[in-house]
Amino acid sequence: MSTSEKVSSTPRRVPVVETLLTANEEVAADNRAQFAAHHVKVINIMASPGAGKTTLLLSTIAAMAEHNIGVIEGDVASQVDADKIATTGVPVVQINTGGACHLDAPMIRHGVEALPLDELDVVFIENVGNLICPVSFDLGQSYNIGLISVPEGHDKPYKYPGIFEAVDLVVVTKSDLLPYLDFEVDTFRELVHGLNPRAQVLVLSAKTGEGVDAWVNWVRERL
Amino acid sequence: MHELAVTEDLLRIITDHAERGAATRVTDIYLVIGELSSFVDDSIQFYFDTLSSGTIAEGAQLHFERIKTRFRCRACGEEFEPQERDWRCPSCQALGGDVIAGKEFYVETIDVIS
Repeated sequence: MSTSEKVSSTPRRVPVVETLLTANEEVAADNRAQFAAHHVKVINIMASPGAGKTTLLLSTIAAMAEHNIGVIEGDVASQVDADKIATTGVPVVQINTGGACHLDAPMIRHGVEALPLDELDVVFIENVGNLICPVSFDLGQSYNIGLISVPEGHDKPYKYPGIFEAVDLVVVTKSDLLPYLDFEVDTFRELVHGLNPRAQVLVLSAKTGEGVDAWVNWVRERL
Repeated sequence: MHELAVTEDLLRIITDHAERGAATRVTDIYLVIGELSSFVDDSIQFYFDTLSSGTIAEGAQLHFERIKTRFRCRACGEEFEPQERDWRCPSCQALGGDVIAGKEFYVETIDVIS
């Protein structure tokens, strides 16, 4: 606390009514305009750490060989995920947030400079593994996707309503584990739709390939 | 810690408004934050105390008005506060609804001295 000074006049109230994070939103709007100018769709993937974002991306890249894909990897630290994506040959940019729990619009603006946007149909952004913070930061994406893996439990929408309210599609991953765990797909779907009726819910396993077609079709239909 | 980014933006907004109002000091800042926006009050105040040092807003006290999440039932129009593990409409039992409150995230007013 700073030292309080002798106050000679009475404070007066000034109306502000200004939304926070507008600076980020302005950059996000620029990003969106830039993506539109290059005719590239941008899909922002949000999920907990370990939900299977990178694994799903690898399957997606393999299944969409006819399209030109770019990837932006967001992590607090390391190049691990970008290295995995780079093995497929698609252009990839690793953004390290240096401790921040989310990507923001200026990071994306800088990151896309290293991608050949004119040659790409779609850019997948793998956001930092976190179900809370990324939701508050618009990146200029065309679509928001939420991934949730079967081990996380079907009651996740009760605990993290913000993300389920903000997404255009929810993908349940690791469906090969359904026989072993108590994840009730119908209950989960009901909760997601209770909050967000426009979000489709897809269930898949990148490991067995089951359900991956429906996801890839969802992406294709939007390009 | 996204509270840092938020606090930087907060400082920018109030400095702007205070200077426009020919203020010499900002004493209090009133924020409205919805439950769904997931920001931690103490953390914002902590960053604010550091970032505002040497500015017009040094020493200002932050006040948080927390807004509970409210749904409007899509089946019957009833407005209600969802419970932690029960999103059913109390009047018709339909699950969930459109979010009509809880996403607020803005600076409402500031108190300044000229």
